[in-house]
Amino acid sequence: MIRYLIRRLLYALPILFGVNLLTFLLFFIVNTPDDMARMHLGTKHVSAEAIAHWKIAHGYDKPLFYQPAAHGSSKLTDTVFFDKSLRMFALDFGQSDDGRNIAREIETRAGPSLEIALPVFVLGLLTNISFALLLVLFRATYLDRFGVMLAVALMSISGLFYIIAGQYFVAKLWRLVPISGYVNGLDSWRFVVLPVAVSIVAGIGGGSRWYRSIFLEEMGKDYVRTARAKGLSEWRILFRHVLQNGLIPILTGAVVVLPLLFMGSLLTESFFGIPGLGSYIIDAIQAQDFAIVRAMVFIGSVLYIVGLSLTDIAYSWADPRVRLS
Amino acid sequence: MNWQPVILWTDALVWLLTAVVALLLLLKSPHGQLHGASLRLRQMPVAMTTGLVLSVFIAIALLDSLHYRAVLPAHPGSPRQYSVEVSSVLDDILRPLREHKEKTYSAPLATHLYVKENVTLPDGKIARVYPLLRIDNMRLQTGSNDIAHRVARGIFLGLAFAALVAGLAAAWLMGRRRCGIAELSRRLAAADDGLPWRSMLLTVALLSVLTAVMAELAGAFHVLGTDKIGQDVLYETLKSIRTGVLIGTLTTLIMLPFAVLLGISAGYFGGWVDDAIQYLYTTLNAIPSVLLIAAAVLIMQVYIEMHPGMFDSAAARTDFRLLFLCLILGVTSWTGLCRVLRGETLKLRELEYVQAARAFGVSDGRMMLRHILPNLYHLILISVVMDFSGLVLAEAVLSYLGVGVDPAMQSWGNMINAARLEMAREPVVWWPLAAAFSLLFVLVLAANLFADSVRDALDPRGRQR
Repeated sequence: MIRYLIRRLLYALPILFGVNLLTFLLFFIVNTPDDMARMHLGTKHVSAEAIAHWKIAHGYDKPLFYQPAAHGSSKLTDTVFFDKSLRMFALDFGQSDDGRNIAREIETRAGPSLEIALPVFVLGLLTNISFALLLVLFRATYLDRFGVMLAVALMSISGLFYIIAGQYFVAKLWRLVPISGYVNGLDSWRFVVLPVAVSIVAGIGGGSRWYRSIFLEEMGKDYVRTARAKGLSEWRILFRHVLQNGLIPILTGAVVVLPLLFMGSLLTESFFGIPGLGSYIIDAIQAQDFAIVRAMVFIGSVLYIVGLSLTDIAYSWADPRVRLS
Repeated sequence: MNWQPVILWTDALVWLLTAVVALLLLLKSPHGQLHGASLRLRQMPVAMTTGLVLSVFIAIALLDSLHYRAVLPAHPGSPRQYSVEVSSVLDDILRPLREHKEKTYSAPLATHLYVKENVTLPDGKIARVYPLLRIDNMRLQTGSNDIAHRVARGIFLGLAFAALVAGLAAAWLMGRRRCGIAELSRRLAAADDGLPWRSMLLTVALLSVLTAVMAELAGAFHVLGTDKIGQDVLYETLKSIRTGVLIGTLTTLIMLPFAVLLGISAGYFGGWVDDAIQYLYTTLNAIPSVLLIAAAVLIMQVYIEMHPGMFDSAAARTDFRLLFLCLILGVTSWTGLCRVLRGETLKLRELEYVQAARAFGVSDGRMMLRHILPNLYHLILISVVMDFSGLVLAEAVLSYLGVGVDPAMQSWGNMINAARLEMAREPVVWWPLAAAFSLLFVLVLAANLFADSVRDALDPRGRQR
């Protein structure tokens, strides 16, 4: 287990380095710091001094990869690549272009993000599994066909529609909850309940259809036939045997996204005014704050790799036949 | 010539894609796995009806991809000048919709504007009333008729067109099957004539009635109302079709060569080639796709602003951005297909016929092209049709986030984005949002159902379920 984790970590390093290099290429080579400065200061009537000043203030004035003026190892460390990209490996994200500490910002924003993402994950999984089981229980009947059609229709509706419709009807017309906003503390549930509900409804179509096909695949296996031959009731087969076996691919598939829950949801958070990481990203995109975008890209890829490793561990835990190697 | 053709990048690509698809359809071999699948597909009512709906969308998108610049009314003696505005054939067809602009919002089929204005009455007093629409003024002048009359005429015309199509199809069938009308109707009633004619005819009838009614009403009303700057919402949603369809198809066209080439090479060669390609797609996958797209689009925006001379018209600029969006969406979406193809190639490589071919000394390139690729067609096709709907939906989300298509381009995402403020208005303006969502829903639903049918027809394992 420990050996596996160490190997996994070593495997992750080149990938993270690749991500880093790619974002660096995008943000500093394709698009030079001069362009960035001009973008922030306005494209017209900008003096060369203003640009140089902006670059110094944000630490973009150093050479990209190699600093000939320095001595020893700082020939390589006194560069933009080291300062802005490699430092992230030590979780040092530096400052955003408007001068705030990115790491602290992330700390305070992870809470609200999780407050939405976790309930959506857990309740959504339960809802989708129940819905899928219902369809499988009534498989090859009109109820099943209607349910599948409903699922296809639901997944054909844009996610934006669910949010806008939910906000309009539940919050504006019926005045059950506030339209948007957030408070810290226990009272936050009033602000959280609608985004959570909307996200769950938006996910039902795709999720339950996928789980249904997993359960149906299980239903066709030999052990189910054996169970039937033993005289077990259809109900018992479904809930004791098929559910347990079907949960393995479902849960392990869900584990991948578990770490990414930290990142929050871009759309939900920005529509409902939740001060989480999702809206942080959106604000950064709209303000063209590349420092934040770079930091979030790095965190996102770290979490993705953590998710992949967790999936393997979950697999070996749920299915003893799979061994970590 | 009083017009000058304008070929935008995306136009060229989409027509190239059309030509390739048409060529493939014409040249398709009568044997092989794809032929069997297309026979099965043809017998599925859902596939044929959704296919018809999709082809209407695609036809509109293609009409909207024929661009030109009209000649300006010239002064005698001066050289010929072309308009800076680039319009398309679809714009010509929809000219009445485009030219009847109102001042601002008006509800669907309304006769008056949605907001009050100060109007000077004939007796000199100023009153605050809902002014009559410009299109309505025109209607009163021509003394034309009411909604019910127009709807009735639309239904009649639509049905007449459907009947014409049905008659032509029946005549063609009778000629081809060499049977009389009685025999043909018996076979169609028993639904054993290969194609699901009844469902298809029903779809044609529905579509043509809808089109005819819309066209009839559009002559005197704004069928779906007008938006903030008084533009017809129906025109805007129809123009948005091109954006959606192009993102769904061009993205795939761009990413397909990479996914296929890299996927097959990784699986076929193994070793360090496999390692390198796997490293490449794991790295790309590790970056959250929205962030990668956002970053790339932001950078492209900077690039466009720094090089304004590169684009000779606004249309060329928005078009470049659309193409770039397709490109970056392709970069984030090729990994899935690449992984599938790699896995399947690994399996195929060990099969006896490949071993036999290798024993005969077939070269690597020829092996991949002749023996591996044809056995991957079904996976590629499934992935292409399955991706389409996801990409169309992604466009709306990305445009909303501000990293999608150019804000000046008509697209459903931009319409939805604008509608956010409209929903907060009192009284609420719901029609642009409703129009965008409905058309988006119809396109995505048709694409989803069609994709399901294609998968069922192509994937023998999936079919048994």
